[in-house]
Amino acid sequence: MPPSVVLVTGVSRWLGGALAAELAADPSIERVIGVDTVPPAPAMLRRLGRTEFVRADIRNPLIGKVIGAASVDTVVHMNISSTPATAGGRGPMKELNVIGTMQLLAACQRAPSVRRFVLKSTSAVYGASSRDPAVFTEAMQARAVPAGGFAKDSLDIEGYVRAFRRRRPEVDVAVLRFTNFIGPRIDSLLTGFFRMPVVPTALGYDARVQLLHEDDALAVLTRATTGDFVGTVNVGGEGTLLLSQAIRRLGRVEVPLPSPALGSVGRLSRRFGFVDYSPEQMRFLNFGRVVDTTVLRTEFGYTPRYTTEAALIDYARTVPPVVSPRLVDAVTTRLRSAVERVGDTADAVGAKLRPAPPAPGLRAVRDA
Amino acid sequence: MPEARVIPLRPDDDDPYVPPASAPGWEEQLAGGLDFVRRRLTGEYETDEFGFDPDLTDHVLLPLLRPLFSRWFRVESQGLSNVPSTGGALVVANHSGTLPIDSLMTTVALHDQHPAQRRLRLLGADLVFDLPFIGSMSRKMGTTLACNEDAERLLTDGELVGVFPEGFKGIGKPFRERYTLQRFGRGGFVTAALRTGVPIIPCAIVGAEEIYPMIGNAKTAARLLGLPYFPITPTFPLLGPLGMVPLPSKWLIAFGEPIETASYGPAAAEDPMLVFNLTDQVRETIQHSLYQLLLQRRSVFG
Repeated sequence: MPPSVVLVTGVSRWLGGALAAELAADPSIERVIGVDTVPPAPAMLRRLGRTEFVRADIRNPLIGKVIGAASVDTVVHMNISSTPATAGGRGPMKELNVIGTMQLLAACQRAPSVRRFVLKSTSAVYGASSRDPAVFTEAMQARAVPAGGFAKDSLDIEGYVRAFRRRRPEVDVAVLRFTNFIGPRIDSLLTGFFRMPVVPTALGYDARVQLLHEDDALAVLTRATTGDFVGTVNVGGEGTLLLSQAIRRLGRVEVPLPSPALGSVGRLSRRFGFVDYSPEQMRFLNFGRVVDTTVLRTEFGYTPRYTTEAALIDYARTVPPVVSPRLVDAVTTRLRSAVERVGDTADAVGAKLRPAPPAPGLRAVRDA
Repeated sequence: MPEARVIPLRPDDDDPYVPPASAPGWEEQLAGGLDFVRRRLTGEYETDEFGFDPDLTDHVLLPLLRPLFSRWFRVESQGLSNVPSTGGALVVANHSGTLPIDSLMTTVALHDQHPAQRRLRLLGADLVFDLPFIGSMSRKMGTTLACNEDAERLLTDGELVGVFPEGFKGIGKPFRERYTLQRFGRGGFVTAALRTGVPIIPCAIVGAEEIYPMIGNAKTAARLLGLPYFPITPTFPLLGPLGMVPLPSKWLIAFGEPIETASYGPAAAEDPMLVFNLTDQVRETIQHSLYQLLLQRRSVFG
């Protein structure tokens, strides 16, 4: 049964807004309610269409009134902050993530109208360490449980959602564990990271990255909201790239720094609000993370349109390269032709000095 | 004056003359190198989900290892026909030599001397991946963490997986215990083979024991550095970095008859007794073939 009243938290961010707009465009859905602490930007507001925006804090019990009054039947929880920069520090970030989720779940538990709950989670729950298997399936758990930051928050959030599922077994719960988002419009950890002309990385380490294009992320969220998938699913594009490889493909300059130096660069860049290098992000940069997407393709029934490679190419349209591949091509082609010229000259000189022995055309004829 | 017509004097049944194939000239090699540099700078090469980088392995890492393989250790491989040309298989070998050079030499042997140029995907301890440079290079060479999840995924994909079940116990054992196999882990490799139904190929490596004869173990230094052992050899740390040069022992690598596991079925992985028995069988086979190889070898450096 398609949902009739959908509540989306975190609509002021790109993905939440895009999902609300997508749902609002679907005539079978009666009402779409968007919730966020900050009002969306004017451009986003225009896109939202008939979405009703409620400026509310999910950390506040007020959210229960919204759910009850509109008799919401499907809740999509996307108001989870991955970086302290957007939430205004690590303290408020944790508050928003953990307490916000608890409040929202408490409100959902009280509301009899709710029959579906979709959580936008992350593959960061698997952690990133040298002891982890190369590819995670949904059944696996982090070998080194993330100690703090976004990954810990996400683990806690998934724990609360599991508890909610136990208390309200008739509610369908879908948990989507997304890999790193990328795309021309979305604002994610990696897009900010790759936008820097000079990208600092951990010296001596190279992470495997799996990307998900923003369009695929939106399609999966829409399908999870309107469909009937229940359970946990990894969402990521096919294929992987090494971090160094992705940086080269984007024509950025990689600057490997020893880990202690990387820490201070991280603190510096956090202070100036560029890119966040928290310890867990650093671990991610060291080891990377790849998830198995068989469940997504078979049970969930969606195959991402963009592979990791294609998603990166699409994102690359918006970031002009620092080291242009055309320049590299031109230089190597010129060097190559120079080498060939030198080689030809050397061959000619060599042939003059030492003529090749003639091919043995004549041979003794055998007796008939 | 018209030129005389040349009439080939070769009889028809003779082979046509083929000029000897010349090795690629230096300019072709240089052009190939430039191509490689261009690919590396623009990132246009493939890597897989385990971080394996065939481009780098073929053009940098294997060429670096080849002189060590053919000149320094003069490795001879036997029984390569026991390694299947396609499909998954698990190569199980003895581990020795203080540093895991034996795994690298087995990789070169299977790539350069096997008719199907098989790539050996090694399984390494987590310590390997914790170390900077070594960890990322290992992944680029196709190594992944020694855990059942990764091993089974590789075997299901039809890869040739190499494992050293002795682990640190084997590689870090003192020189006086050379060529005696240690405990074969907990038999995790057997369960991986049983679950995926691939053959186990026992592999015996002779020669690696003598490259860094470990006569002592500085346990305090090891604990300080977080290493499983800190080797003391006749030349290391006495001669400093010069002591890192491995002794040029003569190597023999023998691949034995495959031990088939498909007939037991995947459920057999849950039968500990069968797993123990198979583990012992593999261990015995390797130990036996080690003794045979040692008899074949005329002298340590011969």
